[in-house]
Amino acid sequence: MNILVCAKRVPMTGGTIVLTEDEQSIQTRHLGFTISPHEECGVEEAVRLIEANGGESVVLALGPSEAEEQLRDAMALGVDRAILLETADEVDGQATAAAIVAAIEAERAAGVEFDLIFFGNESADSGNYQVGIRVAHALGRPCVTGVKGITVQDGRARCEQETASGRDVYDVPLPAVITVKEGLNLPRYPSVPGRLRAKRKPLAASAPERRDAGVEKLRLRLPPGQGKQAEILGHGPEAAPAVVEVLRRAGLVT
Amino acid sequence: MTLVYVEHQDGRPDDASLQAIALVREITGGAPLHALLAGPGAEDAAAGLGAHGVATAHIAEHEALASHAPVALARCIGELIERLSPAAVAAAGSERGNEVLAHAAALGDLPLAANCVAAEAGDPLTVTRIRWGGSLLEDARLHGPVKLLTVAPHTVEAAEVGAGPATLERFTPSLADADLVVRVVETVEQSSEGGVNLADARFVVSCGRGAGSPEGFAPAEELAALLGGAVGCSRAVTIAGWRSHTDQVGQTGTKIAPEVYLACGISGATQHMAGCKGAKRIIAVNVDPEAPIIANADYAVIGDLHEVIPAITAELRKAGAG
Repeated sequence: MNILVCAKRVPMTGGTIVLTEDEQSIQTRHLGFTISPHEECGVEEAVRLIEANGGESVVLALGPSEAEEQLRDAMALGVDRAILLETADEVDGQATAAAIVAAIEAERAAGVEFDLIFFGNESADSGNYQVGIRVAHALGRPCVTGVKGITVQDGRARCEQETASGRDVYDVPLPAVITVKEGLNLPRYPSVPGRLRAKRKPLAASAPERRDAGVEKLRLRLPPGQGKQAEILGHGPEAAPAVVEVLRRAGLVT
Repeated sequence: MTLVYVEHQDGRPDDASLQAIALVREITGGAPLHALLAGPGAEDAAAGLGAHGVATAHIAEHEALASHAPVALARCIGELIERLSPAAVAAAGSERGNEVLAHAAALGDLPLAANCVAAEAGDPLTVTRIRWGGSLLEDARLHGPVKLLTVAPHTVEAAEVGAGPATLERFTPSLADADLVVRVVETVEQSSEGGVNLADARFVVSCGRGAGSPEGFAPAEELAALLGGAVGCSRAVTIAGWRSHTDQVGQTGTKIAPEVYLACGISGATQHMAGCKGAKRIIAVNVDPEAPIIANADYAVIGDLHEVIPAITAELRKAGAG
């Protein structure tokens, strides 16, 4: 079984977002980066399935050259090799999908067929909610979204979504595209030997073809109403009566 | 004209879909607004749409639409795009609204702007959409021969415009077997084990890493039980394996909307705040008066959660609660 997992490099924003002067991106000079949370679970699921079934796992990122850091992180957890589609600027959902489809077709031309392709349900930063679905249609494969439980058996994937009242179950034939959500599993921490091995694992970088954006970003801005200052109710346990008063005003205590 | 895909339950349109209608009404410029509904109860749900300004409600009739089938629904949208040439197609920015419109976008090779909060008529359409679960806004131009967008829930008010009932038009979409491969084949109902659902709770108390251990949540459990509320946690806590992911409040966890949210030992990262911005009042309990959450809360207690939570419980007991 071969599995491709697509993962995005995103900043760890902490408490306050600061924008760059040109309002095109987040000021990241003082921030660390990580794999977007849903995709972290995609990486973990890919590694587990390959451990159980054998085969090869591949991680793909589209982003700046620094995304190599996240690809190495994924390989430190057990992914076998990596593909980096290098783009200097942010690209929209359509262009991202087109670049990934081209990479998958290149793999196919080289004799590699992916039984499963994992995406995050949506990325933490741009949240376009569409790349996995677009890739699935381009490849003519079924796509189940927002998945928090996967069982692979007899060439099919049983996928579970969490709903307000329980779970919805899908059953699709492989090859398939699955977009996953955090909570699917609890990702492992990388080991030191894992990190060392990751340094030597193969990483193939290339630059995808550019195309015009269908959703053309003009500028980013912070939502209004930021930075209100809380009314201090008190310090330590002595503040309890004031807290209860707030609960009472909210109708929670009679 | 413009078209809105309307989700519904128990014969009533979902609030988020009515909110999507309200936003789309702003960009129609007086052109007729159409709706698409499918599945059991669609006709009942369509009955009230006229009041929201919908002129025509298209009811897709097909036995395969009895359970959720996103590709089939996208085919229905595709058929209506062919037949009616709408300027824009919208849906709620719900899990399924985003999913169905992304399928429609893929089928038509059209751009899609997800989770818009505002739109200005024109070609290209100017939209404002949310990023980072609402912590950041993006102004963008939406191109394409048909403008596909979803509307972020609870960012636009639904409004009745006093129009007459919508005309119902039934149609049977032509669906291929391949359109039905992805559909819900089984639904598992889960009892909440007598507990209160985090998403619906009127009171939520969460702890972050400051709880110190899984056992550190016991005082929060006691307080939640006393007020008939639910216990949540931050992402740091689920990553540490202290609580199940179903308890996580945040952008990638559960979105809550309680009357009061008591956030204890939580720094207030954007990831967390995206999950609790629906709370009516936020009380932060934190040892650090500089913690980012203090700038996002309505009230704050500067102190250690291990002392403050039991004190609140004791005060409530004294007041005769529980």
